[in-house]
Amino acid sequence: MVAHLLRLKLTLLRNSLKRSTWALIGVILGGLYGLGMLGLLILALFAFGTAEAEIIRNVVVIAGSAVVLGWIVVPMVSSGIDMTLDPARFVTFAVPMPQLIAGLALGAVIGIPGIITLLAALGQVGIWRLYPAAAVVAVVCAILATLLCVVASRLAATAVMSLTSSRTFKDVSSMVVLVPIILLGPIIAGIAAGFEQSVGFAGELAAILGWTPLGVFWAVPADVADGAYLTAALRFAFGVATLALLAWLWQLSLARALVTPAHNAVTRKAAGNLGFFSRFPATPTGAVAARALTYWARDPRYLGSIVIVPLVPLLMLFFAYQSGDFTMLNFVGPIIAFLLAWSISADISYDNTAFWLHLSTGVSGWADRAGRALAVAVIAAPAVLVFTVGPLWISGSLEQLPVMLGLSVGVLLTGIGFSSVVSARYTYNVPLPGESPLKTPPGTGFSMFAVQIIGWLVLTALVLPELGLAIAYFVTGNSVFGWLTLVVGGVLGAALLMGGVKLGGQWYDRRAPELLQAVAVNK
Amino acid sequence: MPLSPGPAGGPAFPESPALVIRGLAKRFGEKIAVNGVDLDVPTGSFYGLVGPNGAGKTTTLSMATGLLRPDHGQVWVHGVDVWARPLEAKKLMGILPDGVRLFDRLTGEQLVTYAGLLRGMDRDTVAERVADLLRALDLTDDAGTLVVDYSAGMTKKIALASALIHAPSLLVLDEPFESVDPVSAANIRDILNSYVSSGGSVIVSSHVMDLVQRMCDHAAVIAAGTVLAAGTVDEVRGDSSLEDRFVELVGGRNTAEGLTWLRTS
Repeated sequence: MVAHLLRLKLTLLRNSLKRSTWALIGVILGGLYGLGMLGLLILALFAFGTAEAEIIRNVVVIAGSAVVLGWIVVPMVSSGIDMTLDPARFVTFAVPMPQLIAGLALGAVIGIPGIITLLAALGQVGIWRLYPAAAVVAVVCAILATLLCVVASRLAATAVMSLTSSRTFKDVSSMVVLVPIILLGPIIAGIAAGFEQSVGFAGELAAILGWTPLGVFWAVPADVADGAYLTAALRFAFGVATLALLAWLWQLSLARALVTPAHNAVTRKAAGNLGFFSRFPATPTGAVAARALTYWARDPRYLGSIVIVPLVPLLMLFFAYQSGDFTMLNFVGPIIAFLLAWSISADISYDNTAFWLHLSTGVSGWADRAGRALAVAVIAAPAVLVFTVGPLWISGSLEQLPVMLGLSVGVLLTGIGFSSVVSARYTYNVPLPGESPLKTPPGTGFSMFAVQIIGWLVLTALVLPELGLAIAYFVTGNSVFGWLTLVVGGVLGAALLMGGVKLGGQWYDRRAPELLQAVAVNK
Repeated sequence: MPLSPGPAGGPAFPESPALVIRGLAKRFGEKIAVNGVDLDVPTGSFYGLVGPNGAGKTTTLSMATGLLRPDHGQVWVHGVDVWARPLEAKKLMGILPDGVRLFDRLTGEQLVTYAGLLRGMDRDTVAERVADLLRALDLTDDAGTLVVDYSAGMTKKIALASALIHAPSLLVLDEPFESVDPVSAANIRDILNSYVSSGGSVIVSSHVMDLVQRMCDHAAVIAAGTVLAAGTVDEVRGDSSLEDRFVELVGGRNTAEGLTWLRTS
């Protein structure tokens, strides 16, 4: 039975590669990259072996703990994780529990993350090459640590299995995970600064982690190298006990999960709340706007764009602190205007086949385009206003308000107009309705990047008048150019918005059935 | 429920058939999905389109309703050419497609309201009809639930409500009874019957022969993208049942003795 599960996992892995040549090439390139990085890592570990034992301990324990933590956290927050051997799928088969546990655990090691973790853990032996006893212990501990990763990860996955079948949990977690990913740079820099500021910090952290399940197996070889055999034995016993406890808990939760099929508890709600539909005019345009705005409020793929908005100034603030140059902060407004305006450039791709409703009701292209533009404007206008005025006000450079407001308004209006044209003409694979906004669908590839890059270039060209005037303002310091930027941004932007909605509408009227067919490919 | 083809959606040419299809064809790459289909759906008929999986039913109906551009052929709804005057034709039709998503982050009530407003109906009429439809389809208690949390059968029903909201004169329903519970299916049949008796026309696709034989007055058998037989149900089935006639036309019945080990005694 264990062999069956392993063979199943291998077959799934092989078949997933067979689906497309390009996917295979991607996996091979990714694999080579991963192997290259792994090779470098092992070399680095080997070279690091001449460092002091104390430093080696800190590096190994902290890095190793991070790996274990990653294994636990990733399945909790990611709905795109490899769940090929999802315990929920074995509910209907009568597999004896010990064999199921062993099969699932080994199956989890086979697979790219598992193999890389195991190889990296074994590579850790190289760092102990000057301490033969520690190196021998490190081999055993590397294998046990990988097992711990897998068991802890599966336990986490089983524990949240009932949660992940709930739509609300999926929606929320897929957005929460965006925050650390966007702020990854500052977070890493913060941790690095922590190490720099206090020399003892790494040592203290490693000492604490060494007695937690995260770092226990990574600290044992260090104890052996120090000659602290009693501590090593104690720690090893603690690690094995932890592993056994986790395995036991996993078995318990699995046994429970297998007899409690996942279900989505939904409270029934009666009619009476039309939300945005009762606040917008009862016209096709108003209805499209209300629908789009409801999605901005409820669909994680759209909410992701909103979550990013307040993070942009945070990110820029961080880089401003790093460089000591705060002038870039004044450009937060135009940047947010660009991000939000561009976010509807794939609106029909996001609708996926639900778009048939627009087609079958014969809604005009103008109403479809205008409604979507209106919805994003409702969200973007206040956000752009706040983030244009705010930084100028804080930095006491309100005299730049006309020029920056002109840029923001110009970029926002032009961008929405241009997106209205783009989404009526080009569709590409985006995360499907209900999927995590981070998920990259298969076959995304070239067309998407081409549309994005060319789109950005065209958009830049369209706002050149405002840009030129703004540059003239900053070069000459003449406030006339500032006011001119505001006027041109408003007037030209409004004209391009109307033109974009009109042109997009015409293209839509001509090609709506083809659009439906294009999005249906990715369903 | 007093659902009947409304005055606004009334036939432009009452004397012309509800749906006329001539030489409709569609090719996807190497595969010819629909290979020259001709169909006449008389006004006031309840028309069943039957065929095995992959016969081209959905493709035919998609092309007939303006969702998929045909490679060849023409379609008229009450004399209005669907592909030459799509906006007029779509006013006359109510569509329930199969195998597509809905805007499922809306509540059921919002979705049907959306369908009505998109068609340019006024707010009060929409509100009144939404309430009627939700009641008739037994969805009132779940009207405020998101469609994404609906069961398969409820999703079918809410999509059907979206197709009925503008009181069309032709209903095109692709697999309307799939995953719908028997009570709801009976309710839907009542609604459709009273709709037909008041002058509306319905075309449904299905692979449940019994249902089509009991419910429909006309039927067409379609396989491999071609119409094998069409006419009134009695003409199509002759002396045998529709199911036997269907199997006879389509073939592929497996009569060999098999799965002997599955017998429990």
